Amino acid sequence: MVEEVVVFGVWVSPYSRRVETALRLKGVPYKYIEEDLGNKSPLLLKYNPIHEKVPVLVHNGNPIAESLVILEYIDETCPQGFPILPKDPYERATARFGSKFIDDKCMPAITQACWGEGEASDKAVEEATELLMFMENELKENRFFGGERIGMVDIAANIVGFWLGTFEQVTGVELMTRDKFPNLTNWSIEFVRNNVIKENLPPREEMISYLRKKRSAR
Amino acid sequence: MANSSCSDIKVLGAWPSPFVMRVRIALNIKSVKYEFLEETHSSKSQLLLQSNPVYKKIPVLIHGGKPICESLIIVQYIDEVWSSGPSILPSDPYDRAIERFWAAYVDDKIFPSMKLLNTAQGEEKTALVEQVTEGLVLLEEAFQKSSKGKAFFGGDRIGFLDIAFGSMLGWLRAIEKMGGVKLLDEAKTPGLVQWAESLCGDGAVEGIIPDTEKLVEFAKILVKMKGH
Repeated sequence: MVEEVVVFGVWVSPYSRRVETALRLKGVPYKYIEEDLGNKSPLLLKYNPIHEKVPVLVHNGNPIAESLVILEYIDETCPQGFPILPKDPYERATARFGSKFIDDKCMPAITQACWGEGEASDKAVEEATELLMFMENELKENRFFGGERIGMVDIAANIVGFWLGTFEQVTGVELMTRDKFPNLTNWSIEFVRNNVIKENLPPREEMISYLRKKRSAR
Repeated sequence: MANSSCSDIKVLGAWPSPFVMRVRIALNIKSVKYEFLEETHSSKSQLLLQSNPVYKKIPVLIHGGKPICESLIIVQYIDEVWSSGPSILPSDPYDRAIERFWAAYVDDKIFPSMKLLNTAQGEEKTALVEQVTEGLVLLEEAFQKSSKGKAFFGGDRIGFLDIAFGSMLGWLRAIEKMGGVKLLDEAKTPGLVQWAESLCGDGAVEGIIPDTEKLVEFAKILVKMKGH
């Protein structure tokens, strides 16, 4: 059977970039469809009727939504390729915990800290700093969260590795400074330098332009 | 692994928590004995704070001294460690993805609405009832697809999504009673009504989901404590 893999995403989204990164790590060819979130395609609505969001992976006509669910699916359907999750159950639990922590706690706090206003934003800066400290201490002096090679947590942490820097530049909010977060700072440099990761990041200047436009449109 | 002593495996939890119920059901499926350490509602133990410094929440599974947190992550860990026992997640990757998707849906959409419904009044309450009901109708569709005519989401035996959603049944019924509302309905969610009965009768679930009355009493105490 010819394998057909389609990814619905948007170029600015860290979530859809996660899926593309995983597919590239596994060497899986795929077709990419850029969605316009202001005018969602009938196909997207058909494949993700529950959340109507990107990313969606469609494998031989079967859709899967939610980026972390998709990452596990990709890892399980290509067990011989580059490992996204480790083999050991305890390490897998740790990786799942770290990824979920990024989505449930870090993402909202970073977003509110950088893009929120007034007291809510100040509080979020405090919270985001605390959360980043958990990550800093978890990483220690390892090259990646996955150890010597990138893994699920590194892929999930793309917002910290790339997007956070662009948010900071556009909004002037400073979260991840080198003196507070030496491990995370070193990691983020390694992260964006990684061959597969860098192929799957939006061009930095275009991302910054996009964020500036969004900011002034508010 | 089959010969781990009971003290090797601890569950930090509390009897009313649906998230803790998930872990206990999973351990029961695998016939794993464990020590249950009950946390009190008013204060968190040192062990809990040490084992889950990030969230400071139950459940925590402590296995050979190592803590694992977040109920669905713990259930998957249990499935992977005690792999010779009955499987909790299905074997097919697509089926696994679908169950993970819906389990996340229960946590991200259904449970938060249920929680709010508990203390809502008037218009807000009506809106929340609709929200929860809509979510349950979606789960009904998922159930019809997943079960393929069998008793559970997982087929003949209870699986990941049965655990994830089944653990909510106690509170679902308590909220129905307290609010005088019907959430699981023969008309809208017939499959789930049957499923709920089968689930509560399952050996692995026996004794885990508290009686509706007990939960209603507990909810009243909680409300008094919070001074609502």
